[in-house]
Amino acid sequence: MATSMVKIESVRKRFGRLEVLRGVSLDVAPGGVVCVVGPSGSGKSTLLRCVNRLETIDSGRVWVDGELIGFSEKAGKLHHLRPEELCGQRQEIGMVFQRFHLFPHMTALENVMEGPRTVKGVARQESRRQALALLDRVGLADRAGHYPSQLSGGQQQRVAIARSLAMNPKVMLFDEPTSALDPELVQEVLQVMRDLAASGMTMIVVTHEMGFAREAGDHLVFIDDGVIVEEGPPREVLSNPRHDRTRAFLGQVL
Amino acid sequence: MVAAAVAALVMVWLAYTIIVNPNLHWDVIVGFLLDGRILGGLWITIALTALSMVIGVALGVTAAVMQLSDSPVLRGAAGLYTWFFRGTPLLVQLIFWFNIGLVFPEIGIGIPFGGPMFLQWPANELITPFTAALLGLTINEGAYMAEIVRAGIRSVDPGQREAAESLGMRHRQILRRIVLPQAMRVIIPPTGNQFISMLKTTSMVSVISGAELLTVSQRIYLDNFEVIALLVVASTWYLLLTSVATVGQRFLERRFSRGH
Ligand SMILES: Nc1ncnc2c1ncn2[C@@H]1O[C@H](COP(=O)(O)OP(=O)(O)OP(=O)(O)O)[C@@H](O)[C@H]1O
Ligand SMILES: [Mg+2]
Repeated sequence: MATSMVKIESVRKRFGRLEVLRGVSLDVAPGGVVCVVGPSGSGKSTLLRCVNRLETIDSGRVWVDGELIGFSEKAGKLHHLRPEELCGQRQEIGMVFQRFHLFPHMTALENVMEGPRTVKGVARQESRRQALALLDRVGLADRAGHYPSQLSGGQQQRVAIARSLAMNPKVMLFDEPTSALDPELVQEVLQVMRDLAASGMTMIVVTHEMGFAREAGDHLVFIDDGVIVEEGPPREVLSNPRHDRTRAFLGQVL
Repeated sequence: MVAAAVAALVMVWLAYTIIVNPNLHWDVIVGFLLDGRILGGLWITIALTALSMVIGVALGVTAAVMQLSDSPVLRGAAGLYTWFFRGTPLLVQLIFWFNIGLVFPEIGIGIPFGGPMFLQWPANELITPFTAALLGLTINEGAYMAEIVRAGIRSVDPGQREAAESLGMRHRQILRRIVLPQAMRVIIPPTGNQFISMLKTTSMVSVISGAELLTVSQRIYLDNFEVIALLVVASTWYLLLTSVATVGQRFLERRFSRGH
């Protein structure tokens, strides 16, 4: 367990009568980049949301850096964490959404400063310095004073990545970060993610960008109907899928 | 073209009949515009409006947050509050608060359900026309503001909350820093309307002799029988107040649409 940065064990999640995750297990080593692919409605977003506890799992366990997420275990019994303890755990887990969800009433700089300022109480000057450095890292130092509505989709998503990084997370979760973008803006976001992966960040990436999965990912997971159907090194899975469902899915997206 | 010409003609004619009308005592009107009693009433009108709006907005935010909470008890309490105070006439509420002493002769602070009291006042001393007016207007306003604030909060994309949660922000922080500032864009315009209408609604307080603009105007015309002149004086001030408030509303709307 100590060797995994993220460990997901037999996680089940249902919405009403619909069981969306039916026993999913996954290990991500420190610095590992796992890409998750699968058809719409297969449970990819739900899986990510179970990692940072935006959804409460029905059974199974999730650990991040050895820490059990969402529960404390006493004498073999699980107890839900208190809200403030959950907030503490979420700080360690960055999340990037398909539709960015930048705070529209704040500039790019203020968006990136918000987490450190409000959650960690970092002083204004210090958080400003960090935020500017992060905006520079995603290539947007010159857009610091712009509101999200004044930025292109690709720029907004890069600001969103910087906003997550500002909390200094141990893991970054990406939920189809380029799906809402015009085709010509996809690469600038993927490039930032490649750089991030190269810098040693642990990442779980839900994506339809097979090129990214092939080059930047070191593990590929194909999920369908709430279970992992097939997984392995990206090149192998992509060029030699063993299951019919994987083959059918890849045939559609490639 | 024709319509505009007709409208202009009607307006000129109206102005003419009003200006030359001997029954409108212009000298009296001008004389009373800056009368000390009128200005005193004006001040009470402004104070009542400002106080009841500020406290009403606070009440409204509280009730709205309660209505959107997970607790059925909080939801129920807030729902009951808005249901009751939006469902009964303000006029009735004002008279009720003014006469609250008939139901609760003593008002104080202490242990409820018959426990000892630490501080206690006779209701007749505590409930002046002003405090009764403030109570009535504030509580009524809070009920309307609750609906406005609730609609504002619900207009914010749930993704905003999730983005803030994934940064590790607490419920309160999310509400204060992320949700409410965005809800403001939806909340401000109707709140401005509430403010403008409150400036005029305060005149209802005249039924409990609230000492605001209309009450003092009435007191004066009951003395000198210049009914129309004093109503014109009061209306002039109401118009001035609402016009200033409208300008303020425009300014606030622009300020809170930052980033859109
Ligand atoms: N909050 C919810 N309440 C009820 N059902 C939900 C909820 N969230 C997701 N679902 C359902 O769970 C299933 C899996 O959803 P999920 O969003 O995880 O799929 P996905 O693999 O991310 O799909 P997509 O590629 O379209 O994003 C879907 O059938 C969806 O309708
Ligand atoms: Mg999804």
